[in-house]
Order: sequence, then structure tokens, then C-alpha cells
Amino acid sequence: MSPALRRLAGLMRKEFLQIVRDPSALAIAFVLPAVLLLVFGYGVSLDAREVPLALVVQSPDALTDSFTGRFAQSPYFRPSSFRSIQGAQRALAARQVQGIVWLQSDFTRRVERGAGARIGVIVDGVDANTARIIEGYVQQVWAGWLRMRAEERGEAPRMVLDPEARMRFNPQVRSRDYLVPGLIAVIMTLTGALLTALVIAREWERGTMEALMVTRVTVREILLAKLIPYFLLGMGGMAASVLMAVLLFGVPLRGSVLVLAGCAALFMLAALGMGLLISSLTRNQFAAGQVAIVATFLPAFILSGFVFDIRSMPVPIQALTHLIAARYFVSILQSVFLAGNIRSVIVPNALALAVMAAVFLGLAAARARKRLD
Amino acid sequence: MEPTARETDGRSSAAAGGEPGDAPPAAIRLEDVRRGFRSAGRTVQALAGITANALRGQVTGLVGPDGAGKTTLMRLIAGLLRPDSGRIEALGFDVARDPLDVQARLGYMPQRFGLYEDLTVRENLDLYADLQGVMPERRAPRYADLMHMTGLGPFTARMAGRLSGGMKQKLGLACTLLNPPQLLLLDEPTVGVDPVSRRELWQIIEHLMRETDTAVLFSTAYLDEAERCDQVWLLHEGQLLGSGAPSDFSAEMAGRSFYAVATGGRRALQARLAQTAGVIDAVIQGGHVRVVMAAGAPPEAKMLPDFPDLVLTPTAPRFEDSFVARLGGGRHEAVAAGSRAHSEAGAPALASGDRAAAAGPVITVRQVTRRFGDFTAVDNVSFEVRRGEIFGLLGANGAGKTTTFRMLCGLLPPTQGALEVAGFDLRTAAAIARRRIGYMSQRFSLYGDLTVRQNLNFFSSVYRLTGAHQRARLAWAGEEFALGPMLEAKAGELPLGFKQRLALACALMHDPAILFLDEPTSGVDPLARREFWRRINALAGRGVTVLVTTHFLEEAEYCDRLLIMAQGRVLNEGTPDAIKAAARRPDRPDPTMEEAFIAAIEAAAVPEAA
Repeated sequence: MSPALRRLAGLMRKEFLQIVRDPSALAIAFVLPAVLLLVFGYGVSLDAREVPLALVVQSPDALTDSFTGRFAQSPYFRPSSFRSIQGAQRALAARQVQGIVWLQSDFTRRVERGAGARIGVIVDGVDANTARIIEGYVQQVWAGWLRMRAEERGEAPRMVLDPEARMRFNPQVRSRDYLVPGLIAVIMTLTGALLTALVIAREWERGTMEALMVTRVTVREILLAKLIPYFLLGMGGMAASVLMAVLLFGVPLRGSVLVLAGCAALFMLAALGMGLLISSLTRNQFAAGQVAIVATFLPAFILSGFVFDIRSMPVPIQALTHLIAARYFVSILQSVFLAGNIRSVIVPNALALAVMAAVFLGLAAARARKRLD
Repeated sequence: MEPTARETDGRSSAAAGGEPGDAPPAAIRLEDVRRGFRSAGRTVQALAGITANALRGQVTGLVGPDGAGKTTLMRLIAGLLRPDSGRIEALGFDVARDPLDVQARLGYMPQRFGLYEDLTVRENLDLYADLQGVMPERRAPRYADLMHMTGLGPFTARMAGRLSGGMKQKLGLACTLLNPPQLLLLDEPTVGVDPVSRRELWQIIEHLMRETDTAVLFSTAYLDEAERCDQVWLLHEGQLLGSGAPSDFSAEMAGRSFYAVATGGRRALQARLAQTAGVIDAVIQGGHVRVVMAAGAPPEAKMLPDFPDLVLTPTAPRFEDSFVARLGGGRHEAVAAGSRAHSEAGAPALASGDRAAAAGPVITVRQVTRRFGDFTAVDNVSFEVRRGEIFGLLGANGAGKTTTFRMLCGLLPPTQGALEVAGFDLRTAAAIARRRIGYMSQRFSLYGDLTVRQNLNFFSSVYRLTGAHQRARLAWAGEEFALGPMLEAKAGELPLGFKQRLALACALMHDPAILFLDEPTSGVDPLARREFWRRINALAGRGVTVLVTTHFLEEAEYCDRLLIMAQGRVLNEGTPDAIKAAARRPDRPDPTMEEAFIAAIEAAAVPEAA
């Protein structure tokens, strides 16, 4: 073994021993992802299920029953009948129901005349997101019922536009299925950038870096000895997260594991590069942690499109998201998990990740010096 | 302090003699090295033009108080910093140009040596063996050698973080010696290390010097260690005050050092001598006052009308004497002037300080035991401290000093036994007792980002001073400690001596009856240390009880009584003179405090791995 290799091996062995003995590193790599996945997988849901809904039918008959019956069958609603619109509105104000579907007394007549059948829909708008979802679901039920009636009578539906929302890629519209893959990008940012920045700052704080610097070890060896173990640790955390997503949450994995692993490796390098760059800016663990969270973790959370849709952001913010490595990885993850190996999504995003990894690692290497000033 | 290093080999005398043509090659060559640091808009000159040479096969002592520029110089030689100007050559390489060539041949132990605390002793050795390119087949014998030398053999499987301070330093040293370096830089390896481990570190270095011709640069703030070196660079405020063999330094002081004894009390005598013309230094040492006279001081300087029975006994000069003499001059005048102003106010009380023995105890510790799980940190310890006494608590690392100290502050309850401070039982009235205590540590618990005035304000508010009383104390602190010109400066940017005065002022804002000092003057330059102890003496003279914990034995000399602890138990108690007398042997008629301390510890048959 050449002396350089032996130095690298020695440093890496030290790093692994520290990882194994210091519970905080393992906690950040494995426990934190598990907790985040559980919280987002079980706790946060952007779906509306069993929404309490008030049905007000002013003159019930067979036709209205066939319509309201659709709500009872839907998994999204838990309907209850109200005699009057006033009673339903009181229930809405008391937050006993989240929406009202109101069939006025001329409903049956208008439907049978085939001219402009209407339903009234009132939704609790406090939570705009849920409100929009409820609105969409009600429309789906309405459109479905109209289509069913048309088929029963053997005529084409007279709707100008087919309002059926076709949910492609995620037919059950489970938000978990796209939150969990996106979360993997956030988790890997954490292990990559935060952990690397922290462990290098720790070496400065404990004075071990100064001792390392005055050996024959080169800066490149010090950086590599940090990169390789934390790369492996991060990929381990990634693998654990993917297993949890597929086995525990039943998220489909439609693309190839190999593509996933390759893109994850690129993203991991970019995250590690950010961590190394941060560690060249500050030698204090507290500051390194703060900078890593503000500069990498929060943007990955907010600007990657993992929860918040990038297309609905203001244009300058949209431009900003191009600087966030997690953005590209979230696109890849959502595609690989939910749609499969879509070349037109994966190739450009993977290239962007490769460029970012090269830039961050290059900057970190250029800034690292074997001197204290 | 006997010069032990030079007894063990003859090389140094040859080097000091500088026989032409036969001189060992220079390992370090410094030519007008300058380096400044920018701090808060102004440049602090850490090194102001250092020119010196260090030779192979010699221990060169880089000696100076904290802030002298020692660490900066070490880092410059190691290639970790670049000089602003000047040239540094190490082992024949220009350090600025070829740092890697130097680093490949260098052993460097920074102040906090880079041990990985969650790796075992063995794993730390393996890591540094890899980094220094020690071939696997050469490791086993090398490890065995080093473990034998450091006495760490039984602990190879222990985590480095669980070693004592002294053992950590020895392991750090062992790690730098894995591949025997041609140049060994040791930055304050003995700071914060107890005297027993300190002696062992020196034994390792002496052993190394016998076997190799390594050049060692050893920095220290303990001036007594200078006498163990072959050559000394005396550094102060970025300037090289002198360089040469330690004997050269003491030679110029020959015949100028005396022990003074007279009736009337040593503190009064010391205060009087310190302001006598022709005396450049007067410090309390045990029962007498150690005096250094100015060169060519007239004999009548030794006559004091108010101390007619004054007896001066000549004694050997110390390294510190020449440091004080070199620094002396104007600065000493200022200290003496301050001392004069001060003793006027404190004069009547000074004498009573020595009589305080009659007063009742202010601190009582009765059969106190403190356990942490299975571990007994303090084991049945009893002692009393009387009003106006300066009482020292001595012990190696892990002896139980800190635990005792925390119990006295009411921060930790004893498992058994009783503690009383200022008449209050700490179990029932810890908060009230704490209000009577002032505390100052070597680390100066000051807020570096606050100004002097803000620090004083803060500490006085913490001690619940308000209104006119608070203003009066603030004014008192400014005047008493001469902080006036610095009131608006940030505490973190003060020179060390000012910092120390400010820390003491903060501890005294609430006029406490008891003052706790934790290694208050370790690393401080000798003049600042003298000034500090002059103030402490004056406080004790006015009836303030002072409790000092330290393993810096210089400080022990200032105490009225000492308690030596090891492994939680009391080994010895008495006046400094009595403790030294107990260590007297035919081959050691006049033991130093350090020798006495080590003897007490060894007599108790305590294994060194405490």
C-alpha cells in the first residue's frame, strides 16, 4: 500500500469508528429520516378523506337520491342530510361539516328538461388547500353522475367539456406517494450537508484538525476521507428511506433501482460538496449547523417542489429554485417512483445535479488550504 | 529548581559554549520574523521581528507568559501560518515555500493536542502511524517502546476521552513520536497538567534527547521549566527579550537574590520591601520573602529602619529573577507605586492579617464525602479556613479539588458530612452563603463582547447591587483596579493583565467575605502575577478569606496554609514551610514546593494513573 493510500485508509477508518461510536451521526443518518418519513407518511396528508359534507335536498325524490347516493359511496365524503340550507350553514359555521351540496327544489325538473342542471356548492374556505380539493371532488362526483345518467339513457353526455379529471401517475391521488419520494431528497441533504459541515467543524473545535494539518497528509486526502464515509452513510440512509417508502408506505417504485441509485449518488455528491464548502466558511459547530440548515435544508424543504409546487411560485422565486440541487432530485425521484424511467425528465435533471456536484466539490477543494489563516 | 536536563547530557554545554566548527546544524533559523493579526479594526503585532536559531539535539525552551506570541511562532514554523515578513527555515527548508517537506519531518503537538476522544489509545496510535507512514511491521516494537515510555501500556483499549489530562498529553506526545521526527514542536504541553504528569512528560523528552538528535522546541508559560532546557528564547509581547542557555540568564543575577526574614509578619515585610529603592522584586515564599536586588544596589538598601532585625540570606538565582529584571524598569515602578498607594489604605489591617489565626473558622468542612455512583470523588475530607487566611487546595488532576470546590459553592450537595461557609450550612442555605462568596477562575469568566463598564454593570447587577450602592461600587472598581482608561474597551480585547484585574473586580463587586480563586495566575506574566497577589494579600489583610485551588505550585507559595489532596483524600495539611520540611531528605535538604508535592503524592503510594 502506498503511503498516500495508507493515510487515506487510516483517516477513513477513524471516520467510521467515530460514526459508529458517536450516536449523533447515526441518528442524523438513520433515525431522523425514519422520523421524518413517519411524520410525513402518516401525519401530513394533503388528501381530503371522509370529509364531513352537508347535503341539503329541498325536494327529495328518486333522482336526487341517486345523486346523493354517489356521495355515500365515495371514500372522500361522509355525507349527512340537512332539511334546510340554514341548518347546513349553521353546521358549516360550527365546523361540523366542511362543505354543503345544495339541491334546490327545481333540481329534478331542470335535470329532466336537460337544460342547465345546477347544484349549489359551499365550501369552508379557511383551509384553501382542502377547500380546493373538496371542490374538485364534488365536481368529480357530479360529472360522474351526469355521465352515468347519460349512459343509462343511451345518449352521449351533453356536456361541452368532459370534466372528468384523469389522475395519471397517481390514480388514487395519494399525496403520500409523492411526498415520501420528495422527502428522500430532503433527508439526503441533511445527511450530506449538515453532517459533513458538523464533523469538520468538530475537528476544528477539538483541535484535531490542527494536528492533522501538520502531518504529511494532503488537503485532498483530508477531503476525500470525509467524502467517502459520509457518501456511504448518506447512501445507506437513502436506501433505508427507499425501503421504508416501498415496504411501509406502499409507494410504487415504477422506474429502475439503478437509475435511482445513480441519480442519488450525484445528488449526494452535490450535498457533500455543500457541506464541505460550509465547513470551509466556519470552524464552529454551532455556526456550521445553522448555516447548513438555512442554506441547504430549508431551501430543500421549501424550494424543491417537494411540498410546494414550483409552478405556483412567483417568477423570481421560481428562478431561485434552479440554484437548489434538491429541486432536480425531487423531479427525478417523483418521476422514478411514480412514472418510471422518463428520459426527458431524468437526463436533464441528472446533468444539472452533476454540474452542481462538480461546482460545489470544486469550490470546496479550491478553498481548502493546509493553513490556519 | 535544580537544572535536571543539563545534568543528563553534556551536549548542551558544548552547544552553549559554541565551539566553532563543531556546532550542531541549526534546525530552526528565524530571520526578523513578523506577524500581525487584525482584530476589531486594528492590527495586533503578535511577533515583532524575531531572529533566533535552534539547534539539533537540543531542547529549546520558548518561554513567555500567555499572549507573548508563542503559539503564533509555533504555527509559523509548522507552516500553518505565513509570516508577514522575514524568513523561517526549518531543517534546511524554507517553510513558506515547501511546507510539506517540513511537515513530513515534523512532529507537532498543538496546545489542545488532536486526540480523537472517541477512539481508543491504540486506535489513535494506529491513525497517526498511518498518517506518518510508519510501516506496519515496524509498529509493534515502536508502540511497545512508546507505551513503556509513557506508562500507558495498561490503557491501550481505553477511549482517549477517558484518560486523565496528564495521560492525554503523554498520549499526544507518543503520537507525534511514532515516526521519530527531526524537529518536534510542543506547544505548552505542560499547561493544565499536574506536577506529577509534568515531570513524566519531561522524563519522556529527556529520554528522547538521549537517543536521537531531534531538535525540540518546547513552549511554556511556567518559567521554572526554562531551567530544564538547553537553550531558552524568552518571549514577551512579541519581542525576543533574550536567548541563550538558562545558566546565562541566571548568571547575570548571581549574588542578587536573598531570603528575607524579620519579625512583624511576612506580608508587611513583603509590602515594605517591594517599595524599597534598589529592590526589583519581593515575593512571599513560604515563611520568608524572596528579594532580588537591582544590579549594583548599595548595601544600605538592605537596611530597613522599621525592620531592625531584618536578616537576608543569599540564595541561588532563578530563571524568573532575570525575567523580572529584564522586564523591570518603568513597569516595575508603576507596580511599586500602586503598591504604595494601596498599602496606605490597607496598612493597619495588614498586620492583623497575620494575626487572623485567632479568629473563628469561616469555612468548615467536616467529614465530607461525595460519590458519583460507585466512584468516590471526595472521601471523608475535613478542614477549616479562618478569617483572613489564604488557604490553598492542591492536588493532581482528578484529586477531588473541583468537586470540593463545587460543594463549597453550594453547586453540588455532599453525599455525607457537613459544609459551612460564612456560618451558613450549605445544605439549607446555599443561596445565602453564595452571596458571601466571590469567584474568579483562570479562564476569567468575562463577556468578551461587552465593554469593561458593561461587564462591571452586569456582574454588580447579578449580585443584586442597585442604585447609589451600585454606582459607588462601580466607581470603586474603576479606581481600585485602575480600569478608568479602559472602561469603554471590549473585555475580550484587553491585555491579559487588565483582563485579570477586571475579573477580580467583577468577583469583588458585592464585597464578599470569601473569595474563591481557581488557578488565578497560571500563565500570567510574573509582574502581573505579583500585582495580583499583592491585591489578594491586601484583601486577606482586611479580613477577606481566600480559598485557592491550583496545581500551579508557584501559587501555593502565597498561601498561609495548604491542603494536598489525592484520589479524594487529604494527604497532607500545613503551612508551605511545614509541607516542604516534611519532604526534606539528606539528598534534598531544601526541597521546592513541587518536590514536596510530588513526594507527598508518592508517599501515599498513589499510582500515577489517577
